[in-house]
Amino acid sequence: MTARRTLEDAMTTVYLDHAATTPMLPAAVDALTAQLTAVGNPSSLHASGRHARRVVEESREQIAQALNCRPGEVVFTSGGTEADNLALKGIYWARMRSANRGPRILSSAIEHHAVLDPLHWLSEDEDAQVELLPVDSLGRLKIDALRAAVERNPDDVALISVMWANNEVGTIQPIDEIVELAAAHGIPVHTDAVQAIGAVPVDFAASGVDALTLTGHKVGGPFGVGALVVRRELEVTPLVHGGGQERDIRSGTIDTPAIAGLAAAVEASVKSQADHHVRLAALRDQLVDRVCAIVPDAVRNGDPAHLLPGHAHLRFPGCEGDSLLMLLDARGIECSTGSACNAGVPQASHVLLAMGCTEAEARGSLRFSLGHTTTQSDIDALVEAIGPVVERARAAGARKGS
Amino acid sequence: MRVLAAMSGGVDSAVAAARAAEAGHDVTGIHLALSRNPKSYRSGARGCCTIEDSNDARRAADVIGIPFYVWDMSDEFHENVVEDFMSEYAAGRTPNPCLRCNEKIKFAAVLDRALALGFDAVVTGHYAQLETGSDGLIEMHRAVDMGKDQSYVLGVLTQEQLAHSLFPLGDSVKGDVRLEAERRGLMVANKPDSHDICFIADGDNAGWLKEKLGDRAPNDSGDIVDHATGEVLGQHEGTTAYTIGQRKGLRIGRPAPDGKPRFVLDIEPVSGIVTVGPREELRIDRIEGIKARWCGTVPERLGGTVQLRAHGSEHRAVVTTDGHDVVIELLDPAEGIAPGQAAVIYDGTRVVGSATISATSRTAVGTA
Repeated sequence: MTARRTLEDAMTTVYLDHAATTPMLPAAVDALTAQLTAVGNPSSLHASGRHARRVVEESREQIAQALNCRPGEVVFTSGGTEADNLALKGIYWARMRSANRGPRILSSAIEHHAVLDPLHWLSEDEDAQVELLPVDSLGRLKIDALRAAVERNPDDVALISVMWANNEVGTIQPIDEIVELAAAHGIPVHTDAVQAIGAVPVDFAASGVDALTLTGHKVGGPFGVGALVVRRELEVTPLVHGGGQERDIRSGTIDTPAIAGLAAAVEASVKSQADHHVRLAALRDQLVDRVCAIVPDAVRNGDPAHLLPGHAHLRFPGCEGDSLLMLLDARGIECSTGSACNAGVPQASHVLLAMGCTEAEARGSLRFSLGHTTTQSDIDALVEAIGPVVERARAAGARKGS
Repeated sequence: MRVLAAMSGGVDSAVAAARAAEAGHDVTGIHLALSRNPKSYRSGARGCCTIEDSNDARRAADVIGIPFYVWDMSDEFHENVVEDFMSEYAAGRTPNPCLRCNEKIKFAAVLDRALALGFDAVVTGHYAQLETGSDGLIEMHRAVDMGKDQSYVLGVLTQEQLAHSLFPLGDSVKGDVRLEAERRGLMVANKPDSHDICFIADGDNAGWLKEKLGDRAPNDSGDIVDHATGEVLGQHEGTTAYTIGQRKGLRIGRPAPDGKPRFVLDIEPVSGIVTVGPREELRIDRIEGIKARWCGTVPERLGGTVQLRAHGSEHRAVVTTDGHDVVIELLDPAEGIAPGQAAVIYDGTRVVGSATISATSRTAVGTA
C-alpha cells in the first residue's frame, strides 16, 4: 500500500470539506515550487540571501495589497494556530505590562480551538479573566452582550477577539459593530479570519481591526504557513524567541517557498473572491435545497443572511453525524461532522451547543463545505447518495437524549 | 462480507483485521474510545484506551489499507462496564469487566450499530474458534493456543452474536501472530500484551475503587475476623479492597496459631466484616449461578468442564440448569471462587454457556 492518493482517487472523490483544507491553487504551486530549489536564507547578507529576502518581501507586499494593510504589518507564522496564539498571548501580555490594561479578555463562545485553548491557558496559568460571550441561535455574536461586558469596566479589558466567520456553521460575525464598540474605549480587536479570506471581502485597514489571523491552506496555499496581520502601533510580546526575523515579534528561519506560495494563494483567492462567492453560493444553495427536498426534516444550521458562500451545515434528526460521515465516506463523499477531534474522540460541537442545540442535535449535524474545485457533479453525487445514507444512519440510531 | 474490525491498537486485533481483509472481506477498522478523557485511563503501551493506542490502531489500518474511524463508546462503556464494576464491588462481589465489555459493548452496542450501518459482522483479535456444527448452529471452541485462549471472556455470547462474529486468530499461536504482524509491516508487532483492567490506569484496583466509589462505598472500615473463632484479628479500610481468595494486604500483625497464611474467605459489605482463614477453607465443590447465557442449545444436565476465572484451569463438573439458573457440582474442587465471577461451561473444547456465580459451598469432605 502506498500512502499517496493518486490523481485517479482525487477525481473519483467528491470532496466537500474545503473548510478543513482546500487544494492548492496552481499559482501557489508554481510560486512555491519555483523557490524550493533556490538557495539562500533571507537573513543572509550575500546575493543569494538578498534574492530570498526579495522573494519574501515581495510576497509580503502581495499580501498587503490583497488585504489592504501595510507590508510591515504582515508577520509570517507557521499557520493560523500560531498566529492566534501570538495575537492572544502577545497582545494580552503587552497590554498588561505596558498599558496596565487587563485582566479581562472578551471573546465568543464559538471560536476555533486555536483561540479557545490559548484563552483557557491564559485564564488558568496567567490569571486572565476570559469571558466567552454568547451567540444567537444562528451563530452570530450577541453584540449587546459584548457591549454590556465592555461597559461594565472598559479599562480592565485587555483585548477582544472574535472570529470573522465561524469555521463550522459559516456564520459571519458583526466585526464592524465589534470594532466600533471597542474603538470607543481604545480596546484592541483581534479576529481569526482564516475562513473569511477569499470567501468574503476582507479589508484590514477598513475593518478597523488591530490584528487578523490568516493561514495558507484555507485559501489554496500550502500547509504550515500563515500570518498575523497586526497594526504597527500595537505592541505584541513574542512567543517564540530567537533570531527576531519577523519584526522581533516572531523568530525562526523564514520559509521562503511557503511564503511565496501563501502570497500567491492570497492574491489569487482575493482577486477571484467576488466571482467565487457568486458561483459557490449558488451551488451551496442548490445543495441545501435539494438535500432538504430529499430529507424533509433536515435542519439548516447557521445564519442565511450572514453566511460564508461555501458552507452548508445541516442537521439530520435521528442520525449520528459519525454514522453519516462514515457512510458517505464509503461512497467517496467527504465531509465533516464539524466537531473538534480531541484524540480522535468525537465531542459534540461547542459551536452548535452555544447556538442552543442539544448534545444529540449537535452530534447529528454535518458540514459540507464547497471550494474552488467544487463542481455541479459533486452536488449531484451528494444528492444522489444522501437519501439512502440518512435512512441507514437513522436505522443505526442516534445517541440517547435525541 | 462487509466487516467491521474492532482495533484496540494491539497486535492481535491488527492481525485479525489484516487476515479478514486478505480473506477478501470489505473491512473497515474502528477504535473504540471508551473514555471521554483518555488521560484518565491507562497510559503507555499497556492498555487499550489511550491516544497512543488509538494512533497505533490507525497506523495498522493504514498498513492494511482499510478505512479507519474512532467510535465514541464512552457513555455505553461507563454505564455498562465501569458502573457495574463499582456496584458489584460495593456489593462484595468480584466482577469480570472484560466479559461484561464483550457482552454489552463489543458484541452488543458495537455489533448492533455495525449491523444497522450495513455491516455483516464484527471481527476481533480474540483467541477462540468458531465452526458450524452438524445441527447448523455456530459453535465456539477454545483456541488452538491454550495459553491465549479467550473463549472464557466470550462465554457470554449468544448464537445471534456469534453468527455475526469473526475470530481469525483462533487457530494460531501468539508467537506466530507476532511474526505475522512483523511480516505484514505492522508496527505493533512487538507491543506488550494488555493485562489487568483497562480503565484502572495504575493497576491499583483497591485505590481506584476507594476514590471512585467515594460515598457510595458500602463501608470505609471494619473488622477482619477469624472464621473459626470469630476473633477480631484486625481492621481494614473498606471491604472493596478485598476479593475472595486474596492473601495480600490483610496486614494482620500476628500469624495464625498453625503458622499458615490466611486468606479472605468471605466479604460482608453491610456489616463490613471480612472473614479470613486457612487456604483449605477456600475449597469449594458446589457453585450456584444466575443469569445464564447459552451459546446454543440449553442442556438440562451436562457432564463437562467449567472454567471459573480468566486463564484459570478446567474443572470437571456436572451442570444442571433450568435455563436461567445453574448448579455446578465440581468433581475437581476449586479455591478462591468469588461471587460475581463467571463460570463458563464447556463440553470438551466447545463453549456451552456461562453463568454469573451467586454462591459457592463445600458439600463433600475429603474428596480432594
